[in-house]
Amino acid sequence: MAEQVYWDDVQDGAELPPVVKNPTTQQLVKYAGASGDYYQIHYDKDFAMNNDLENVILHGALKNAFLGHLMTKWMGDQGDLKRLACQYRGMDIPGTPVTAKGVVTRKYQEQGANLVDCEIWLENEKGEKTTPGSATVALPLR
Amino acid sequence: MTTPAAFLTEEMRQQAIGQKSEPRTIDVEKGAIVKFAQAIEDDNPVFNDDMAARDSRYGGLIAPPTFLRSVGVDRPSYPFDLPFTRLLDGGSDWEYFHPVRAGDRITAISEITDINERTGRMGLMIITTIVVTYRNQFDQVAATQTSTSIRY
Repeated sequence: MAEQVYWDDVQDGAELPPVVKNPTTQQLVKYAGASGDYYQIHYDKDFAMNNDLENVILHGALKNAFLGHLMTKWMGDQGDLKRLACQYRGMDIPGTPVTAKGVVTRKYQEQGANLVDCEIWLENEKGEKTTPGSATVALPLR
Repeated sequence: MTTPAAFLTEEMRQQAIGQKSEPRTIDVEKGAIVKFAQAIEDDNPVFNDDMAARDSRYGGLIAPPTFLRSVGVDRPSYPFDLPFTRLLDGGSDWEYFHPVRAGDRITAISEITDINERTGRMGLMIITTIVVTYRNQFDQVAATQTSTSIRY
């Protein structure tokens, strides 16, 4: 298991360890099955093209899950995810890697909780932020 | 360019806001959690390994943050016909209050909290804000999910 991150040690502007994903069409099918989202634009290329898309595209919710992975991995077993938000601005297609990244924007204590806000996003190979978002975690003290 | 005729009147907005879905209840199964974690390729033991998760502070498997998607809550129905067939998911904003554990019974209800129209590069779009509330068997709100759905 990863080493626990403590609130005391977090600094504004610190980067979260990135999480690299290599989604494939097979992963989209697995995600469709696991989530119950069978909208055909995620696995049927003809259907996608009839919807003015060039290819099947990643489920927004799968990208949301990748950002969840970024946060739960960073906060460790003793951390609590309080909020996870993202917007699907750009489409991502299977066969190209996406990287979940984040940076600490605010560290504060509120109602007994030791909180950290982060700006988070998914970035494609061109460095475009297709899925910007934000998250808040509660971390333990040393 | 001509401006498309506005579709959504204030009266229609007010009819739509507050529309709720039927509740949907599922039992959170261990296998479903593990399958979801595998699908998103997250190997964290608390989502994947029941024995390892027993040694965590949760005392057992918990669900990854976006697992609640798989509850498959219905969307609230619109009180009028929408002249669009296409649907895009604009984004989600989750707030978490209690972990979702294997064995929990989760009941979800979705509600339209806002609706607006906008003309973008894809033409006229209807943008709906839907809040899903997920409650566990103790009637605690485990999480809320505010999502934006775009019809065009």
